[in-house]
Amino acid sequence: MTGIPARLTLGPVLFNWPAARLADFYRRITDEAPVDTVVLGEVVCAKRPPAVEVLAESVDRLRRAGKEVLLATLALVMQPRERQAVRDLAVQDDAPVEANDATALALLRGRPHAVGPYVQVYNEETLALFASHGATRLCLGPDLPVEAVVALAARAAELPGFSLEVLAFGRLPLAISARCYHARAHGLQKDGCQFVCGRDPDGLEVETLDDAPFLAVNGVQVLSGSYGCLLPDLQLLQAAGITGFRLSPQAVDMVAVADIHRSVLDGELAAAEGQVRLAALMPEARFANGFLHARAGLDWLAARRTGPE
Amino acid sequence: MSVPLNMSPNTPLALICPAGTPAALDAALDAGADAVYCGFRDETNARNFPGLNFSRPEMKAAACRAHGARRELYVAINTFPPAGAMGPWIRALDDAMEAGADAMILADAGLLALAARRHPGRRLHLSVQAAASTPEAIRFYHESFGVRRVVLPRVLTLAEIAALNREVPVETEVFAFGGMCVMAEGRCQLSSYVTGQSPNTHGVCSPAEHVRYEQRGAALVSRVGGITVDSFAVGEPAGYPTLCKGRFRANGRLSHLFEDPVSLNVADRIPELMAAGVTALKIEGRQRGKAYVSRVVAEFRRAVDAAAAGLPSIAAGLADQTEGRRSTSGAYERRWR
Repeated sequence: MTGIPARLTLGPVLFNWPAARLADFYRRITDEAPVDTVVLGEVVCAKRPPAVEVLAESVDRLRRAGKEVLLATLALVMQPRERQAVRDLAVQDDAPVEANDATALALLRGRPHAVGPYVQVYNEETLALFASHGATRLCLGPDLPVEAVVALAARAAELPGFSLEVLAFGRLPLAISARCYHARAHGLQKDGCQFVCGRDPDGLEVETLDDAPFLAVNGVQVLSGSYGCLLPDLQLLQAAGITGFRLSPQAVDMVAVADIHRSVLDGELAAAEGQVRLAALMPEARFANGFLHARAGLDWLAARRTGPE
Repeated sequence: MSVPLNMSPNTPLALICPAGTPAALDAALDAGADAVYCGFRDETNARNFPGLNFSRPEMKAAACRAHGARRELYVAINTFPPAGAMGPWIRALDDAMEAGADAMILADAGLLALAARRHPGRRLHLSVQAAASTPEAIRFYHESFGVRRVVLPRVLTLAEIAALNREVPVETEVFAFGGMCVMAEGRCQLSSYVTGQSPNTHGVCSPAEHVRYEQRGAALVSRVGGITVDSFAVGEPAGYPTLCKGRFRANGRLSHLFEDPVSLNVADRIPELMAAGVTALKIEGRQRGKAYVSRVVAEFRRAVDAAAAGLPSIAAGLADQTEGRRSTSGAYERRWR
C-alpha cells in the first residue's frame, strides 16, 4: 500500500470572501502552493453572491498550472434554487464534481465523480456502494477514528484507481442547519441576513459563558473553534494507505500551510518541527486531532520530538 | 410525477410512537399508537441510553404484542456502523426481521444496501439521521434500496414538505412532538467534538456521563465535558445541557445562539400536514417514561382522529410535557430560519 506519493488537496473556501479576495487567493495558490488538486465552489450557502467569473478564471489558471480541479456541491440542499445549483453542476462536463449530499449523489450516479466530507461515510459497505455508483475518490468526514480510517483505506485499496483522502488542516465542519447562525448572532433572520457572514473571513468565534473559545459560526454552518491538524499523524495515515490530504482554506497564509504539509509528507521536515512552524503562522490558534484518536474531537495530541535534542 | 399516497383526504395520519421499554410499548399501544418504534439494547440505535431498549426476547415479545393489537412494530437501527466492526449492525438487521418487525428504520447507505440484499422485499424506512431533504435524495434511497418511507429531516417548511410530497414515490413521515435537533440530523458532530460520542457513532448526544452540574455562587452551572453550556439562577429550571441548546457568546452577545430550550409540537398543524400529503406523524421520546408516552400518544390520537373527521383542531394540552415548558413549530415555519 505504500509507495504511492501523498497528494495534497486544497478544499473549497467555506467562507463568504469578497470576489477580489477570492481571485487573489487562487492566483497565489496557482503560482506558489504545492497542492495537486483544488476544489472550488460554494458549499455552505446558495444565497451568497456567486463569484462565477472569479471561479471560471481561477479554474482556467489552476489547470494551466497543471493542477487538477474539482467543483463542489452544496452541503445542505432543500430549496428549488439550491437543487438547481446542484443540477447545473451535475450536467456540466467541464470539470469533475464532488458531491456533498445525497441530492448530488443521485444526480452524479453512473458517472465518475468525487464524494466530499459532508456525505456520511463511516464504513466499507458505504464506500463500496458509492464506488459502484461511480465515485473514484472520497474525502472522509472529520469524526472518524484511526481504526475506521485504516479499515476504509484497506477497502479503498481493493478498488482500482480509487483514492481516499482525509481532512488534514482547517476548522472542522461540525454541523449544518436550515437556520443561519450568523444572521441570528446579529439579531437578523436568514431572509434578511444582509450577508453578515462576509464580515468574518475565518468564521465568527463562539465562546462559552466562561469566555472559553469553543466553536466558529459560518452562516448556516458550525465549525470547530480549534483548527483541525493532523501533522502529528501524517506518517501513521500514510502507512495505512491514505494517499490524499486535504487543507481547508482559512484566513492564514495557505501557501505556507501547504509548504509545511508537503515537507512533512515528503519526510523532509519532522512533524514536530512542522507543528512549530504552523503555530508560528497562527499564534492565536488552538489545534485539534482528537477525533482521529477516538477522543473528544477538540483534544490535541501533539507530535513529540524524537531522539536527543 | 404525482403519486397520492393518502387515499383520501380523510385518511388519518398514522401515529408512530416511541418505546424505550416494554412498559412504554404497552402504554403506546393502549393509548392508540398505529405503530411503535424501538431499538435493540446497544449502539445500533440512536437512543443508546443506560436502562433503555429491548433485548432479543423482549423484541420478539414486542412484535407479538403489537401484532396482537393489529398494530405495527418498527425497529430503529439508525446509527452508522464503524468500518471494520459492522457485526452488531448486521446481527440487528437479521434479529429484527426474525423477531417479526414490520419495518426497519435505517440511516447508513451501506447498511441499507446490506439490508436490501439480505432481506429482499422487507419494508425499509429511511431514518431522519440520513437527512434526505430533496426529492432527488429521496429517490436515490428509493431506487437504490427500495426504501418505502422517509422520515423527513427537521429542516423543511410545511410548504416545502407539500412540494416534496408531489415529487416523491414514497411515503413521508414527519416529527410531530418532542425534542428537536436544530442541526440537520445525522450531520452534527457537536457532541463528539466535546465528548467523543455522537448520535451517528454511539447513538447518544451530549451523553449523561459527561454532564456535570456545579454550584457557582448563587448560580447552577451545567457542563458537558470541558464546555460550560448554561447557567441558571435560583429557582430557574435547569434543563438538560444538550450542546446546541446552550447559551454562548458571539458577536458580543450572550444568547441561545443555536436554539432555545424548546420542544416541537405540531398538534395544531395536523390538517395542514394531511393536506401536505404526509403519511405519518412521529412522536420523539424513546428515552421518556411510560407516563409521557401515554399522555402524548393519547392527545395525538384525539388530535389525529379529529382532523380526519374534519373537526376543528384541538390543540393538545401538552405544555407540561415539553422541554422548558415551551413549544415551537420549529422549521415547519419559515421564520424559524
